[in-house]
Amino acid sequence: MRLITKIGEWLDHRLQLAAPIREAAGHPVPRSTASWFYVFGSAALTVFILQLVTGILLALIYVPSAGEAWSSLQALNHQVALGWFIRAMHGWGSNFMVAIVLIHMVQVFLFGAHKFPRELTWIIGVFLLLMTLGMAFTGQVMRFDQDAYWGLGIGASIASRVPILGPFIVKLMLGGPIIAGATLSRFFALHVFVIPGLLIGFVCLHVLMVLKLGINEWPMPGRIVRRATYEAEYHALTKKDGEPFVPYAIWKDMFFAAFIILAVAACAYYFGPFGPTGQPDPTIIQTAPKPDYFFLWLYALLSLLPPSLETPFLLIVPPLAILGLILLPFLSGEGEKSWKRRPIAVVTVLLIAITLGTFTRMAQFTPWSPHMNAWSGDPVPDRYIHGTTALERQGALVFQVKQCRNCHSLGNTGGQRGPTLDSVAVRLAQDQLIRQVIQGGGNMPAYGNNLSPAETTALVAFLETLHPPTQRPARDAARELVLSNGQLQTSGTQP
Amino acid sequence: MATNTETAKPADASLSRRGFFMKLGILFNGFAAIVLALPIARFLFSSITRGRENGYLSWVRLGDVGNFPEGETRMATFRNPLVMPTDGKTVDTACWVRRIAGDQFQVFAINCAHLGCPVRWFPQSGLFMCPCHGGAYYRDGSRASGPPERGLFEYPYKIENGVLTISAGQLPTPGDPVARLTSEKPPCA
Repeated sequence: MRLITKIGEWLDHRLQLAAPIREAAGHPVPRSTASWFYVFGSAALTVFILQLVTGILLALIYVPSAGEAWSSLQALNHQVALGWFIRAMHGWGSNFMVAIVLIHMVQVFLFGAHKFPRELTWIIGVFLLLMTLGMAFTGQVMRFDQDAYWGLGIGASIASRVPILGPFIVKLMLGGPIIAGATLSRFFALHVFVIPGLLIGFVCLHVLMVLKLGINEWPMPGRIVRRATYEAEYHALTKKDGEPFVPYAIWKDMFFAAFIILAVAACAYYFGPFGPTGQPDPTIIQTAPKPDYFFLWLYALLSLLPPSLETPFLLIVPPLAILGLILLPFLSGEGEKSWKRRPIAVVTVLLIAITLGTFTRMAQFTPWSPHMNAWSGDPVPDRYIHGTTALERQGALVFQVKQCRNCHSLGNTGGQRGPTLDSVAVRLAQDQLIRQVIQGGGNMPAYGNNLSPAETTALVAFLETLHPPTQRPARDAARELVLSNGQLQTSGTQP
Repeated sequence: MATNTETAKPADASLSRRGFFMKLGILFNGFAAIVLALPIARFLFSSITRGRENGYLSWVRLGDVGNFPEGETRMATFRNPLVMPTDGKTVDTACWVRRIAGDQFQVFAINCAHLGCPVRWFPQSGLFMCPCHGGAYYRDGSRASGPPERGLFEYPYKIENGVLTISAGQLPTPGDPVARLTSEKPPCA
């Protein structure tokens, strides 16, 4: 014991770190901040350290070469002892990190911690969020499979839309004219050296500022932040109602950190690693690439925006959103901190959360994507063929063979790109059906060039049978009149 | 004390010996930074400058004309003209070849004109469909429906000694479609 003390003294005589560490650990924090709401920052740091450790472990096996990355992931999954678990920890750790960073951000915003004098802490936090998302995207590229390959293509297609500079940005991003070896290598450099290096630096600044400026006190409705008086009030509060950070507040951080690590490990153990999916071979086109969880909302948005709005939206909204986040502490640097007195702040957070949540949920079903195999794989429900004529059955065949099913569902199977056709005969009369099939419109391709008159007749005959038994099919009321040369009385008096 | 004031005084003056050397030191380091920055920039932007100097595009053979029956659209694959040792399978590229009649062809990029996902050809309905965001194109590559703002990207082609050859070598993107960069116009344009 005496030896350890002596070694410690010898070290500290040279390092002189004991005093500042003791001061940081013992600095008084308002008693109200020893709360379970204040654990997300340290949890984010914990997951970040976990990512560093598991990332270094993966790098022992992983090969950042377009020719070998996929097989090295297979080796990690199947050949190296517990390689699958380390991969799963890193993958789940990434999901947890994005989630915790977002929760931390929402908590900080709702507790008014971005206000004076913590503006810079918030701004650096915004950069940390962007870097975390950057890690998530580049990390998806490291899992060099079909999703990663085509995901890079999507990234390149978005980048190419920047006016004038677009083509150059694409070549810079890909490291060449196509997605290939150089692309993976440079994303590896970003994922392993550049962004983590920046993250470490910015995290240190972020934590340093929390120590220097003090943790945000629990917001009380009516306690107004004023630039002139806030710092004096805060120091008075920590003097009057303060406790040393260690051990008064830190035990909750420690418990939550351990809980998060165990939660990541549990998810990794039960759900396993992410992919890799198919090989990154561009000649295998039987694939429906999808981004990782945290970019699903963007995937949905890119499908639902009107085509003409897409490019302006992609190029204008993200920079504006980032600018808005950076300017936020300057626009609302003073005033009420409590969410109870900031209804607009609460509504904004709810609106963004609901929007992102809805888009994410929709992207899990992708109703906008055609079901590529529905035409050959999904059966026509029995009730739609039972008791039909030969012409109508022929129409059902045309319906399947011409891939109508890829976009239109029958009996809840098939694509959802177009409207479901279970009751189309109620909505459209014969003439309208013919017109829609031949001319298309309303986001449907025109089939006029791809259907013979006989096929169109059969198809429309089949479509006319698609109505619920209790509802009659739509009919053109004027049709009989026209066909009978305007003899209204005859048609009107028919039984 | 006298020496103290002596050393303090010249520091305030516009040019002391030490101040001069410090400025010279900064200048010298600035020079070193420029000397280093030029090759770094050249290295970093090589993928852009290479594209501008020699171009990435060259004529690539897709196969005998006889491999593509008239009136049909078939997938063809080719190796990207520029290959690096670590590229693996990523240099193999697919494209759709439509032989209209005789020597009349259309060669479409596999990448959707929306965001680059691989489009699939359905001969029965005569449509290309994209699995990502639901873009659809007619057999001649023109836009049928969905989010794409234009038709499929087309490679310029020529027929040499009965071999179908296309000008390729670069990922076509909405902001940089392949055809625009080539000096040669597609023969059927």
